[in-house]
Amino acid sequence: MRKHFSAYIEKIIEENDDLIFITGDLGYNALENLQQKLGDKFINAGVAEQNMVGMAAGMASQGFRVICYSIAPFVVYRCLEQIRNDVCFHNLPVFIVGNGGGYGYGIMGSSHHAIEDIACLSGLPNMQCYIPSFIEDMNQCMDQIFTRKQPAYLRLGVGKNMPGNVIHREFGAATSIPDPQLTIIVQGPVANNLFAALKTHEAADKIEIFVLNQMPLQMLPKELEDSIVSSKNVITVEEHITVGGLGSAVSLLINEKSIALNKFTSLHAKGYPTGLYGSQSYHQQVSGLDEKNISSVISSYF
Amino acid sequence: MNHVQLQGKLRTAILKLHFGANSGHIGCSLSCIDLLILIIQYMNEEDSFILSKGHAASALYVVLNELGKIPEEDLDTFYKEATKLSAHPAPLKYPCISFATGSLGHGLPLAVGIAKAMKLKKNKGFSYVVMSDGETNEGTTWEAAHFAVANKLDNLLVFIDKNGLQGFARTVDVLGDTARSDLWEAMGFDVIEADGHNIELLIEAKQSFLKKENGKPKLIIANTVKGKGVSFMENTLDWHYLPMSKQQFEEAIAQVNNDYQI
Repeated sequence: MRKHFSAYIEKIIEENDDLIFITGDLGYNALENLQQKLGDKFINAGVAEQNMVGMAAGMASQGFRVICYSIAPFVVYRCLEQIRNDVCFHNLPVFIVGNGGGYGYGIMGSSHHAIEDIACLSGLPNMQCYIPSFIEDMNQCMDQIFTRKQPAYLRLGVGKNMPGNVIHREFGAATSIPDPQLTIIVQGPVANNLFAALKTHEAADKIEIFVLNQMPLQMLPKELEDSIVSSKNVITVEEHITVGGLGSAVSLLINEKSIALNKFTSLHAKGYPTGLYGSQSYHQQVSGLDEKNISSVISSYF
Repeated sequence: MNHVQLQGKLRTAILKLHFGANSGHIGCSLSCIDLLILIIQYMNEEDSFILSKGHAASALYVVLNELGKIPEEDLDTFYKEATKLSAHPAPLKYPCISFATGSLGHGLPLAVGIAKAMKLKKNKGFSYVVMSDGETNEGTTWEAAHFAVANKLDNLLVFIDKNGLQGFARTVDVLGDTARSDLWEAMGFDVIEADGHNIELLIEAKQSFLKKENGKPKLIIANTVKGKGVSFMENTLDWHYLPMSKQQFEEAIAQVNNDYQI
């Protein structure tokens, strides 16, 4: 997704001279072209992320749209007060871009993971978080970020292509089947594990999938609500803790609508229960977000 | 009205605001009011100003009121329920207050960002910021300072209101004197130290800096007295926090009226 992100910016800078790109000293072998094209509007703020975000707010107050780029945990957790006070309180067009959402940085370790980022950011005033799942819904997220001109967070991960049976929606993407028996709601590139599980699952044709790429969720999209009312069975899948994430947001909205369910399962990041470290796939497996476990949880519904 | 009379008038206004609100943060406003008069009164349209030490908001409010940018009826609501004038500046309430501050260490990064944006736009304005000396404890202050030097932001003019007191002790006794001129000069700032209550001297220092397009960010270390103008408040930690009794208020007003020839 990082390369696609960079290519998108390269494409739009020609007709948008109000863009500034600040990196927190990262971008080796990814942002060189952008640096060349943006000239003095490509700024390396050094290893000083809080100042990067504070400065971005100052620049945005002067009429610029400013992108702040770093590894997700560095630009989210360390800069939380700058994002809240300087950017969000003033509703400024500063776009926080975090690479490696979830366990994306794998064996780099917990300092490099971001599994509470949406919980930290999505409750801030004026902030919208964008969590694309596939290369194809990145453009939709980026278009919205740049036209909305308000605080935004873009969580990048390892992007794959959208499966053929999935259709774009304004909330992200979805499959569509009549009378679903199970509704699965997913967020982020972990969707790839879900679709891999479904490929071989015998109940796949009874399951409707909703890929939601924004947080906070203000409401359940109509199609999703209809699906839940019909199936009465829900699984949420996210590479993020359940507190302040997709699972808790969806369950709140279901309760507010007084929709009675037979069963609800939240599959989410569980932190580091083994106390051991590995690749993104290892951590997904420990949290039950791997293809095999997702498949077996789906089976428990049939 | 000469400068001294204006300094007295706005001190009186600060005292009235705080007495009416029964609130503290008096000493820190009396410490920087002269800097705010200097900066805000003589600002150009394209310039920008940030009060990084947001706890001195009352000083900002009375200066902006004096210039007709905050109406009298708003000032009467200071500290009251449903006010736009909270103890620290609120966001998006007045065009003349561009940023809500209050958490320390935010002002310099904002001002540096503004200065950089002005350079990118080839705007001739200046980015002004007033910090407390306590704020030079904050890591973000140093991050921003290094960026300003590396990016040759000679349109950045920083004022440190150096009254020598921070939240719970004298600044020298906490982390040492982090607002020392040699530290800032070593980083690459142009530094002038001046009496932070003498507007004529401050104007001179500021003018000399504004003419200097030498690629170096500028710092005026304003040596100030916390609680300046009210002798029983001067140079004490208590008057960072205490509200005034009626007797103290009357005594303070009488002294200011007398000393500032109002």
